Amino acid sequence: MSETTPLLAIVGNPNSGKTTIFNLLTGLRQKVGNYPGVTVEKKIGECYSQHGKKLRLIDLPGAYSLNARSPDEAVLRDVLLGRRPETPRPDRVVFIADAANLERNLYLLTQVLELGLPTVLVLNMMDIATAKEWRIDLKKLSEELGVPVVPMKATTGSGFLELKAAISREDVPLPNWQSAPLPEDIRAALHTIRAELLLTGAVHDKTTLLEPLYLLSDHDPLHAGIQGEYLGQIQRGRDTLSSTHPGWEDQLVADRYAQIEKLTQDVLQRPDKELPTLTQKLDAVLLHPTFGGITVFAFLVFLFYLIFKVAEGPMGWIDAFFGDLGGWVSAIMPPGDLRDLIVDGAIAGVGGVVIFLPQILILFFFIGLMEDTGYMARLAFILDRVMSLVGLNGKAFLPFLSSYACAIPGVMATRTIDNPKDRLITILIAPLASCSARIPVYVLLISAFMPDTVSTWIKACIMVGLYSLGTFGAFFFAWILNKGIMRGANAPMILEMPTYKMPALKSILLLVWQRAKAFLVRAGTIIFGISILIWAASTYPKNHELNDKAAVIEERIAALDESAVAEIEAAKKELASVKSQHLAQSIAGRAGHLIEPIIKPLGYDWKIGIGLIGSFAAREVFVNTMSVVYAVQSDDDEDLAPVRDRIREERHADGTAVYTPLVCISLLVFYVFAMQCVSTMAIVKRETGSWGWMFFQLGFMTGTAYILSLGIYQIGTALGY
Amino acid sequence: MHALSTLSKLPVGHTGIIQSMPTGRVGLTRLRELGLTPGAKVTMVRRAPLGEPIEIAVRGSHLAMRNHEAADISITLA
Repeated sequence: MSETTPLLAIVGNPNSGKTTIFNLLTGLRQKVGNYPGVTVEKKIGECYSQHGKKLRLIDLPGAYSLNARSPDEAVLRDVLLGRRPETPRPDRVVFIADAANLERNLYLLTQVLELGLPTVLVLNMMDIATAKEWRIDLKKLSEELGVPVVPMKATTGSGFLELKAAISREDVPLPNWQSAPLPEDIRAALHTIRAELLLTGAVHDKTTLLEPLYLLSDHDPLHAGIQGEYLGQIQRGRDTLSSTHPGWEDQLVADRYAQIEKLTQDVLQRPDKELPTLTQKLDAVLLHPTFGGITVFAFLVFLFYLIFKVAEGPMGWIDAFFGDLGGWVSAIMPPGDLRDLIVDGAIAGVGGVVIFLPQILILFFFIGLMEDTGYMARLAFILDRVMSLVGLNGKAFLPFLSSYACAIPGVMATRTIDNPKDRLITILIAPLASCSARIPVYVLLISAFMPDTVSTWIKACIMVGLYSLGTFGAFFFAWILNKGIMRGANAPMILEMPTYKMPALKSILLLVWQRAKAFLVRAGTIIFGISILIWAASTYPKNHELNDKAAVIEERIAALDESAVAEIEAAKKELASVKSQHLAQSIAGRAGHLIEPIIKPLGYDWKIGIGLIGSFAAREVFVNTMSVVYAVQSDDDEDLAPVRDRIREERHADGTAVYTPLVCISLLVFYVFAMQCVSTMAIVKRETGSWGWMFFQLGFMTGTAYILSLGIYQIGTALGY
Repeated sequence: MHALSTLSKLPVGHTGIIQSMPTGRVGLTRLRELGLTPGAKVTMVRRAPLGEPIEIAVRGSHLAMRNHEAADISITLA
């Protein structure tokens, strides 16, 4: 027999400490990816047995049952049944159960044991069970189930050596758990259906009824793993069974729990009255009608302080780093297209996105902390009522809120939402939250149309108005998507309130690292490519005459003495004007002209069109693009005043102002609603696994922006503004 | 006391025994799988500050759900 590495599957309920144990075993030797066709995270790692033999471990998604109700649970079912072509059926199972919640955990455990894989049972969180004065008869439990049992406390690593010893054994016995026999009519019906499914190849297992059973109990045709061609067949099988035995699924659940109750009575001694645990004492405060709300509010204010304020420092460093890098490359490379491509295209483009890394790190550290301690469920509990007004549930709150910093981490954070429909809706509306990249655009346009004499307060109010508009839009679309467009019944909101735990810092840092890596890989590939495209569009075709002119002026500036301030100023102005002419004849400039007929009804000219096109790299690029378009020369990117002044002066050919208050408002509303961020689109494509949803989002957001801005400009003009 | 009521109406701190719940509904099947089967003891732990969702304890685990689902679960007070 050839030497093969055994594959061990880590299986368990959510909140059982599964991932902590997986991380303990594998450390950094793990690979994170996606299962093909679904957005379920696939984690594979390696470790060595006590005898130095290599073992492969796969951390399967947490689940409550093999009767799948989510893509995560469908993946677990399919891997354990050997139905996923790219993932071999595991050789052994390491089942992680929460000892302090034994009865409920036995539900999935008994289902898994019936699949007939050698299994090791880990009873995690023994400390909490002990604190509740539960006495678990480990020997008896091991005998009844026919599996080795390892007590553990994963957060401190106690029991780790015993676990290592247990998974190192190559002769893990087959479980001897005997499930209650299926009711005769259900069994007979399943036999018939299996025979039909075997004929078409929808199922493979000829020996047990479990494969057809778990396929029939999956009601969502969208779950991957059941191929399209078999859907109808499986649907018919379900209909047959439901008509011969209405409520068959509920009957099976009741039968299983009856068996589990008996087992629990044999192995578990509980005090007559439940002792108040630390979790309950904490919840008395953290979920208190008043204090609970205050805590959530204080917590969110703190989080946003970190994301907006504390992240500013590192963001400045990153900005400076990419600036220096650009400067350094400019210095060592000869002038030319290649240098411009690297400095203005690649370095500036990627730098513009990587700048959001500190915010992403902070956000995911907090998400990890909240998930790990158990506070995330409390946050969802308190905010669920608010989110339910628009048809979402409490778990959607944090990802949406994160999107005010940047939609990219917001969309990535939707992975904590287990209901696929809620998750998709949250992804679709998240970019309507006004992200930090819109701030410079808002500030520029507000200051352009408001006279300087207007107090800062009024400008701040307009700012708040824009944020509110985006928020209202997001809620409105969540409501619409939920009511009308998305198919599928609303899954009921069921939230487990896990016991509070000390966070496992290593696991959290690992999560942060994995998220950051995913983000950086995006920035290094897709976003890199798009930055170069946009750079090329504003650079080509080359106009040699203008280029030569620019080179001559640059030489002149270099030759001038620093004291000749007035001459330098004049030369720089001239240079800016040449660059502006060059942009006008570039692909981007021509595109601006091309889209002018479309944007004219909104009050924009072709120059603003260039700004809109440039915004697709990132919205804040609008400010830079406009300063190039209007040939504003400024040494400081952060200073908006020169662009603002120039914008105020801009005139149409007939001498009327381009940036009337009406145009500015129309443009502001356009920026609130339009999907203009290629990076977000790339993440949406990845997280939904579909080009379709990405384009749908682009369409409905930009469509809304267009219609609203059109309405504002046309009605405003008709009213004489 | 054996008055028939629903889980959504159970006062905070009180315990009831599940009598029946409609069969053949996906969401309720999931609640059964989480331990809410007829005959099980459930305790109302608390209501969220805005009245919903509710937190209940069943078979040693704590679950939150909305009134909409809880209203389908009929109980007697224990």
